[in-house]
Formats: sequence, C-alpha cells, structure tokens
Amino acid sequence: MHNERSGFLTLMLTVGLAFLYIPMVLLVIYSFNYSKLVPVWGGWSTRWYKVLFESPEVWEAVRLSLQIAFINATFATMLGALAGLAMVRFGKFRGRTLFGGMLVAPLVMPEVITGLSLLIFFISLKELIGWPLERGFTTITIAHITFSLAYVAVIVQARLTGMGVSLEEAAADLGAKPFKVMSSITLPRLAPGLLSGWLLAFCLSLDDLVIASFVTGPGSTTLPILIFSRIRLGLRPDINALATIIIIFVAILVAIAAYIMLRQQRRELIDQQMAARGDV
Amino acid sequence: MSSVKKEKNLSTDLRYYISLSADKLQSKWKTIVIFIPFAWLLLFFLTPFFIVAKISLAELVITSPPFSKMIEWVDGGVITIRLVFDNFIYIFDDPLYARTYLNSVKIALISTFLALLIGYPIAYAIVRSKPVTKQLLLFAIILPFWTSFLLRVYAWMGLLADQGTINNILIYLGVTDTPIRLLYTEFAVYIGIVYTYLPFMILPLYANMEKLDGSLNEAAADLGSGPINTFFKITLPLSMPGIIAGSLLVFIPATGEYVIPDLLGGGNVQMIGRQLYNEFARNIDWPVASAVAIVLLLLLVLPMAVYQHYQAKAAEVK
Repeated sequence: MHNERSGFLTLMLTVGLAFLYIPMVLLVIYSFNYSKLVPVWGGWSTRWYKVLFESPEVWEAVRLSLQIAFINATFATMLGALAGLAMVRFGKFRGRTLFGGMLVAPLVMPEVITGLSLLIFFISLKELIGWPLERGFTTITIAHITFSLAYVAVIVQARLTGMGVSLEEAAADLGAKPFKVMSSITLPRLAPGLLSGWLLAFCLSLDDLVIASFVTGPGSTTLPILIFSRIRLGLRPDINALATIIIIFVAILVAIAAYIMLRQQRRELIDQQMAARGDV
Repeated sequence: MSSVKKEKNLSTDLRYYISLSADKLQSKWKTIVIFIPFAWLLLFFLTPFFIVAKISLAELVITSPPFSKMIEWVDGGVITIRLVFDNFIYIFDDPLYARTYLNSVKIALISTFLALLIGYPIAYAIVRSKPVTKQLLLFAIILPFWTSFLLRVYAWMGLLADQGTINNILIYLGVTDTPIRLLYTEFAVYIGIVYTYLPFMILPLYANMEKLDGSLNEAAADLGSGPINTFFKITLPLSMPGIIAGSLLVFIPATGEYVIPDLLGGGNVQMIGRQLYNEFARNIDWPVASAVAIVLLLLLVLPMAVYQHYQAKAAEVK
C-alpha cells in the first residue's frame, strides 16, 4: 500500500513533524541567547555553555549518569538477549506466560509504581539481609536494568522473528553443533539488534528521572535529577545549553545505530538477491 | 570382519550416547538461558509489587522504615498477622483521592484521543510514502523518543511561559496585549502528554497499516466507493488493532504521569502520579503511597491485560 499520498495527508505529516521538531529547535536556539531570561532575546552568545562547564555539580552528575547508563546497557543487553531468545526460540516452557507478562509490563507500567515498589523492596531487603547498605549507584543501576531489559527483549524478539530459522537449520543439517550454530550464525546476525538494544538501554537510563528519584539516596544526583530540581523553579539558560549538548549527543548515537541497522538490511537484501539468482 | 562390524556398532552407539548427552547439555543450557532473566524479573520486578501490596496494609509508624511490621513474633513464638485496611479506607473516604483518580483518567483519555487524531493521519501518510522516504520519516518520528523526555517537556515550558515564545508571537501579532496564561494549566498538560507520547501512537498504527492489503481499497474504488466511504468502511475498521495498541501505549503511562503535571501543570492540575510522589516524598506516608499505587495498578490492570493480549496475537500472526 504505497504511492499516491493525498494533499491532506501531506499537510498533516508536515504539521506533525513541525509539532515534533519546532520546540526542540527553539530550545537549541535559546541556548545561545545572551539574556539571563530565557525567552527574551539578548543576542548570540555562548556564555551559558561556559557557566555549564564551570559547574562541578553538573560534571559530577554527568559522570554518575554515564557510569550507570554504561553498566545498565551492558547488563540489560545480556539479560534482554537471553529473554528474547527464550521467548522466540524455545517454544513452550513452564512459566512462559508469566515470563512474557513480566517482559511486557515494564514497558507500560507507570514509572511512579515501579519506582515506589523498588524503593520499598530495597529497604525491606536491607532490613532482611543488610544489603544494599546505601541507596545510590547500585540501586539505580539495578532499577534501570530491570526496565531496560524489557526494551532490549522487544528488539531482540523482533530481530529473531525477522531472521527466521532457515540458516540455523541448514547449518545444523550440515553438521554444526548447537554452540557452533549459535556463535557463527545466530549471534553475528543478531549483532545489529544487540547494538541498537544496547544504545536504547543506554539512552533510557540517561533519560530516567522518576525511578531514579525514588531509589536514589543522599549524595547520588543523576543528571535528570539535577535538571529536574533546577527547572521546577522555571526556565534556566544553562539548562538550555545542557539540553543542546544532550540532544546532539543522543542524535549522534541514534544516527550510528540507524546506519548499522540499514547497512545490515541492505547486505541481507543483496544476499537474498544473489541466492535467488544462484550466485552463492 | 566381525571385529570391524563390532567397532562400527560401538561407534554408532557412542555417537548415539554423545548426541543424547548433547541434547541433555542443550536442554541444560536452555534452562540457564531462561532462568537468568526470569530470576532477575521475579526478584526485581514481581517481588517488589507484593511488598508494596503488603506495605499498603501496614500502619504508619514513626520509625525507619516508616511502616509497621505485619508479621510479628510475640512471646512464645506466636505469629500475629495484622492487616490494616485503614489506608484504603482513608483513600476512599477522602474525596481528594477520588477526584484525583478521576481527573487522571480524564486527562489521559482526552490526551489519548488527541494523540490518535494527530497520529493517525501521520501514520497513514508514512504508509503511503515511497520506500526511501518511508525509512526517513520513520526515523524522524522515532528520533524524539530517544532524546530526553524531561528536556522535551522543558522545551514546552519555554514555549508556553508567560514571556514564552507563543505569548511573544501573539503579542507581536497584536492578538493580545497581556500574556495569556498557558503554562501551569490543564491545557499545557494535554500538550505535554500528546507531544511526548505521539511516537508511541504512530508506531503501532504504522506497523498495523503497513500490513493492510491495498487491493481491498482498489476493489472498493472499482465498485464505485468514494475515498471517504472507503476509508470509513475498509481502512478504519482494519486498522483497529493498531488503534487499540497505540491508544493503550499512550493511555496507560499517561494515567500515572508525574513529570508532565508537575512541570507543565504546576500545582493546578491534580494527577494521581503526582499525588503518589507527594505522599511518598513530602508526607513520608509510605503505607498510603503504597495503597495509592495499588489502587492505580488495579485501575490499569485491565488495559494492560488487553494490551498484552493484542501483543500476543500480533506475535502469533507473524
């Protein structure tokens, strides 16, 4: 179902994209505003970037958030890949319905509920076994892994379903052991999905405010917690500068992920065409 | 000769046993593959909910942690189990909570409808685009989802503020002399929810419409049906699964939203997510916060179950 797109649809598309992008563009433009009052234009300037770079609080928050995001993405990708593999390739197993439910629920669960329940869980655990002694880095990371792995599992499931099993079956017919099939067929073909899953988990963790606010402790201020505490009181030009840097950083990450995914798709398309012509 | 045959038999047997143990090994690995993420989710996702349910039945006590123990060892090893329904009675008695719940559902419903109204034509337009444009458009829709949610809400604070961009434009155009109050209103909350959740509406709609059979539309046109009639008789009913999935993906998280009512609604818009956070952070009343969470969860269990049902069905079709 493609070709002819009516005038109305084109209009809606244009308006929709403008709606999505104009606020972001304005946010970026105002970060270069000299004026202390964000919406009052006082000429081009990079003074707020200087203010930002000279703030030790911001650097500390960036460091903490990047560390959490990195560890979260790595663990969430491993757990999410296993979960996706189990859901797509293992057929029926005991507890599959519960497992599938727990994999979908974090995607739609209101963050306040997840946050509150994890906080109370950590506190009860401390009462019970004396761990975790302090809330902060560890508790935030565990909380992030728990919801990120669900997103990774979605990507992995979609990729595994799209891949089909024919190549694996062919390899097994030709005598390859399960581990060989896994390492030389399944994993390399799954790699782009794993990479985009990793990047998504990384971005989700960098982005999370609500759950981190619940499970953090004194002294552990992540970047979103810092931003939120500042913008609650109104607009701040240094936050516009910070936002611009974050937007550019994330856009580069996503562009890399998109490029890798597209390249893989194209390569597989070429392979299919060659196979169809009998070149292989 | 016979020894050769014997050897051959032996090797087949051996191979048989090796393959058996390989199967066993494989099933062992399968168990491990399932067990690790399963155990993680049981421990860090499911268990916490049971604890919240437990705490919601506890009393507020001024200790650390601020809730009473439900199971206590009394002298002589007798266990007393105390269930306190006071928190739930408190929630149902105080009209503030009922109003806040209803208001959350109302705001989420209206926002979902608005997102559908805007998202549907966009998804349809993408489906009707050329393959290369399609990829680019999809990318353009997904990109904002990856950038910070908090910053997207903040961007609207700059647009809606009394001295913000929209008011500046209106004053410049002479529409109004004094700024119109836009920020810290319910209207701002609608914009915030529609803006941040729009990709969640568009993507399931797109995924659904992409699979629709274009020949049905052609057949309808051949039989003399106009484009509007065809849309309402064929396209709209067939895209119902996409509409339901997209609407639930917006409605469920929007109901419990905390950041948007806090930043764009200020103190003027009461939503349950914000109430829960305040109960926990400001009043430090964890049993009531837990009870609020449980009631919110019960409210959302049905939509969540419907969503999962559709997800499972979509997976089967594949």
